[in-house]
Amino acid sequence: MGDKNQALDLERDYKYGFITDIETDTVPKGLSEDVIRLISAKKNEPEWMLEYRLKAYRHWLTMEEPAWANVRYPKIDFNDIIYYSAPKKRGEGPKSLDELDPELLRTFEKLGIPLSEQKRISGVAVDAVFDSVSVGTTHKETLEKHGVVFCSISEAMREHEGLVRKYLGSVVPVSDNFYAALNAAVFTDGSFVYIPKGVRCPIDLSTYFRINASETGQFERTLVVADEGSFVNYLEGCTAPQRDENQLHAAVVELIALDDAEIKYSTVQNWYTGDKEGRGGIYNFVTKRGKCQGRNSRISWTQVESGSAITWKYPSCLLLGENSQGAFYSVALTHDHMQADTGTKMIHVGRNTRSTIISKGISTGHSRNSYRGQVKIMPSAAGARNYSQCDSMLVGDSCSASTYPYIEVKNDTAVLEHEATTSRISEDQLFYLRSRGLDTEQAISILVQGFCKDVFKQLPLEFSVEAVKLIEMKLENSVG
Amino acid sequence: MAQALLEIKNLSVAVEGKKVLKGLDLTIRPGEVHAIMGPNGSGKSTLSKVVAGHPAYEVTGGTLRYEVNFQMRDLLEMEPDVRAKEGVFLAFQYPIEVPGVSNSAFLRASFNSILKHQGAQELDEAQFAQFLEKKLEVVKMDPRFLDRPVNVGFSGGEKKRNEILQMAVLSPRLAFLDETDSGLDIDALRIVAEGVNRLRTKENGIVLVTHYQRLLDHIVPDFVHVLADGRIVETGDKSLARRLEERGYDWLVK
Repeated sequence: MGDKNQALDLERDYKYGFITDIETDTVPKGLSEDVIRLISAKKNEPEWMLEYRLKAYRHWLTMEEPAWANVRYPKIDFNDIIYYSAPKKRGEGPKSLDELDPELLRTFEKLGIPLSEQKRISGVAVDAVFDSVSVGTTHKETLEKHGVVFCSISEAMREHEGLVRKYLGSVVPVSDNFYAALNAAVFTDGSFVYIPKGVRCPIDLSTYFRINASETGQFERTLVVADEGSFVNYLEGCTAPQRDENQLHAAVVELIALDDAEIKYSTVQNWYTGDKEGRGGIYNFVTKRGKCQGRNSRISWTQVESGSAITWKYPSCLLLGENSQGAFYSVALTHDHMQADTGTKMIHVGRNTRSTIISKGISTGHSRNSYRGQVKIMPSAAGARNYSQCDSMLVGDSCSASTYPYIEVKNDTAVLEHEATTSRISEDQLFYLRSRGLDTEQAISILVQGFCKDVFKQLPLEFSVEAVKLIEMKLENSVG
Repeated sequence: MAQALLEIKNLSVAVEGKKVLKGLDLTIRPGEVHAIMGPNGSGKSTLSKVVAGHPAYEVTGGTLRYEVNFQMRDLLEMEPDVRAKEGVFLAFQYPIEVPGVSNSAFLRASFNSILKHQGAQELDEAQFAQFLEKKLEVVKMDPRFLDRPVNVGFSGGEKKRNEILQMAVLSPRLAFLDETDSGLDIDALRIVAEGVNRLRTKENGIVLVTHYQRLLDHIVPDFVHVLADGRIVETGDKSLARRLEERGYDWLVK
């Protein structure tokens, strides 16, 4: 096969694998207090923020990398990573999205996220994060009219300092875990959302994360606060170029829902997975947690995890408010040499709190796919309920699927239900579909879509269409 | 005589190394209805599955030829989905469950895949819903079945009826009905049989694989074959089925 054909094949495998050629402003490789000071200075941060970072860094130095997950990878050299890389600003910087560097506009357009005024997607406001910084946010005026704050977290630190200071780290403290501490020390950007009392956010909010620079880690921080009686639908998408080296993505997402507020948080994760032999790809080590602080508050996490060489991610809910509800809906697809250890934690503290967990794992190729979930009912959580359903589907016989449920109940009035299944696409099932005129790929895609239906139906419509396409494409390349 | 739709010559088939069919001959022409009867384990279901292309059945000898555009083509060269696209249909003895996929979505995917193969315009959801409404009539099926996942939680009779609905939607040129009558009560049997009769045309061939004469009271076959020990041992008209009902298979199987 000639080089040209090979390039075409790669294109088909992962169409987001391109690299944007752009001048960048980077800090020297490695991690030290000086690097953290430099990042903080570049971002023009208040003093308390720098202190927060340094405290996190000092704590991180005392911590060990977690080794309990069912994933294997060579030790990461944290001094071999660039912690800040941003597209160079021209002069004063753009006043509107139309004045952004055309190369950046083209990049996001190619990713299906047009940012310019004429082309932007109606009905969804987008915050576009490129390597370490947010390059722009659409639909800002519409949102401002409703009092909704949606901007990069750097901007929020200047414009809404009180809110950021109050809530940052209130759900995931700096000492929470190794990667959360690292993130707190070096996070460079991310999105901030505040929905005021009683406001239903008029359009969906979305952040699109793009890693571009090589040898760079992306450490973003997202903070969503839904005030009393408010509602927001938040979507998140991610892609990265194809590179032979592994790249680290260690994000922290914190959600806070006050009385009667609801946050729906959906992710379609499609980071570069590495090649067929398992070279390269993103290490996706992410801490996501929501706090249902108020009475009757609700938080749901919906994720479609189809990318990354390694995924280590447990979007969780801390159910404090009486009658509050948490949900976790997940599809994790692994192929070739991917490894995923993902699941959730539902911590019931308040009375009559409820949680739902629906996890669907699909493994193909030589991949390894684990569900790890914890349901904890505290003594105060009278009348708590949990329903968990964890299903695994195996395609082929070189892959593996594991389920690790942890259940801890300290209140007798709680009711927990747990169901788990593992299935293989059977020859008879495939034959049945093929005998109805569907080829093998279509047949597998239909079986998988059926398998994932309970999760896909939780996604906003456009996202669910996107997710189905994504899963189909991935399966096409890994089956047959 | 009209050109054959399906021509099977000296067919031998093994499943997991065990010989099941041992030199079977059978020719189906357009417009004909054939019934294949025979004792348990004689190879009736195997024949249906081989025609549809189940990968677990190994053809060890003989030929299976099927008419496509007036030319006899080697059926074994065609993948199961290609056979379906060219008009081969098997109503399963044990229809398979497809969790999470609605009956209507499945039917549409299947129908459109066949339309696409024929170079015809695929139907959108609304067009297909309209088309499907008429087909439901054929098997007197409640439209509520369309929203339910394929065969999941269906009773035995409902599954069989669903197979005939699929047949009505796909209008195959050659249909094998593998024990479609077993597990049906008298009313359901009549509905299914009437459905099949409505799908009977001058152009298509239908093969009924059955244990019982009672199906043939409702769908009158042109030919009745007795399959025993992997071969057709007797062929006759509908009166053969009656004789079998009275005398059993012993007089044919020595």
